Amino acid sequence: MSDKQELTCIGCPMGCQMEVEVEDGVVKRITGHACRKGELYAAKEVVDPRRIVTSVLPVDGGVVGMVPVKTAGDVPKHKIRDIMKVLKTIRLEAPVEAGRVIVADLCGTGVRLVATRSVTRR
Amino acid sequence: MEKRDIVIIGGGPAGLAAAVAAYDAGNRDILIFERDSVLGGILNQCIHNGFGLHVFKEELTGPEYAARYVGMVEDRRIEARLDTMVIDLTAERIVTTISEQDGLVQIEAQAIILAMGCRERPRGALNIPGARPAGIFSAGTAQRFVNIEGYMPGRDIVILGSGDIGLIMARRLTLEGAKVRMVCEIMPYSGGLKRNIVQCLDDYGIPLKLSHTVTKIHGRDRVEGVTVAAVDENRRPIPGSEEYVPCDTLLLSVGLIPENELTRKAGIAIHPKTQGAIVDESLSTSVPGIFAAGNVLHVHDLVDNVSEEAELAGRNAVAFVAGRAGGEDGVGVETGPGVRYTVPAAIHPGAATPLTTVRFRTDNVYKDAFLSVYLDGDRVQHLRKRILTPGEMETVVIPKKWFADRPALKKIRILVEKE
Repeated sequence: MSDKQELTCIGCPMGCQMEVEVEDGVVKRITGHACRKGELYAAKEVVDPRRIVTSVLPVDGGVVGMVPVKTAGDVPKHKIRDIMKVLKTIRLEAPVEAGRVIVADLCGTGVRLVATRSVTRR
Repeated sequence: MEKRDIVIIGGGPAGLAAAVAAYDAGNRDILIFERDSVLGGILNQCIHNGFGLHVFKEELTGPEYAARYVGMVEDRRIEARLDTMVIDLTAERIVTTISEQDGLVQIEAQAIILAMGCRERPRGALNIPGARPAGIFSAGTAQRFVNIEGYMPGRDIVILGSGDIGLIMARRLTLEGAKVRMVCEIMPYSGGLKRNIVQCLDDYGIPLKLSHTVTKIHGRDRVEGVTVAAVDENRRPIPGSEEYVPCDTLLLSVGLIPENELTRKAGIAIHPKTQGAIVDESLSTSVPGIFAAGNVLHVHDLVDNVSEEAELAGRNAVAFVAGRAGGEDGVGVETGPGVRYTVPAAIHPGAATPLTTVRFRTDNVYKDAFLSVYLDGDRVQHLRKRILTPGEMETVVIPKKWFADRPALKKIRILVEKE
């Protein structure tokens, strides 16, 4: 199956508009890029786009009401919605220490969810 | 009156980095004033990642980046007075502070570092007609509501201005379940980083409407919609292009302004373009012993650059207290075509470090242009740039040996050339 995808390079402010031809999940041709950086970005982005997801969770009994969290590694882009749904179900109790693992495996990605700030008890 | 060697106004990224650098340069009498109840400044609400790639060689979130510096300040036992507002500053380096626990306190400092950061440009600066309904927020205020307080500012959102905070909030609000209809940008290019346009807008199918602005806000008690119009090359709305967009919330991400009320009170000269103090290579303002760094000086894109700049201010404040500041004349750094401003605006050849970093922004987007440095009439640097854009800060490094080679040097000029 052949497929053409358009994307904008994020390597520098040029923001080259690139076109990538993919056949059976393999990159066949990349056009529109001005440098090697763009080529590398496009090749990865088209086959396996990944992102770090950050959000906040409610925390009871802390000096602040929300604790920021992040995925400890990047996760497949198409999993972001599912991950946000899981996050909506979590409520924590203070204290929370920065780096604490809140979910060990997010939606089968094998990636942990960790706190990015400490919240002490009120 | 209480006396201290170095007083730092502001406990955000600039103030923290300045304090750590001043301590490491040998001073043990440093005091930080912070009006919030925690250190870290705006980083605390910037929960997204992308901070620290230069300073720590890893990608951190805002709170993590702040915690690194707060940790360094605590390790050194540098005193920070929280919940304390500095309400006055004089050229004699007397600061007046006020707080619930200590009341009104005056302190005489040998050196002061201004690290107050910046503020968002408000609706009042834009002249958009309409009533004053609820539902109009600056992007940073919305960010605080969502990320710190845990409240959603609205459900159906239009964002005016494509600054990075607006882009980040477009994604953030979308992830939290809101509908972000569009981001309007009056300029023909975005002021935000390319990465943010792709990962915050394109990823979620949010349109970026360049050369568009909001010409009217509808609604009396709550925002009910906005009128969006295309603008011509003079940024004037084009009649007939108006479109009504229903929404319950309008976010403004229309620029940041250095917060320099105290700077002005001390009679420090302000740069008309940056709205920050005019400084030399040591980041000294026009008042000896008062230094400035970070977003209070000029608005940065990356916190890493703020930290680096503030460290320089910290070290130079220590040198000033130790009496190691020279009295020689500086060589002016002037802007030529294409360059809006430079920081610093002057360099003292004797006092300069081996390499002086000059930071600046261009006034427009230039493709395949050259960034040139002239020493009086001689062009000494001619760097080809694929792209220059006002949204990304540029730097030029001035080696000290250029001054040694030219004792009669009068001025340095930085400009954009077509060839």
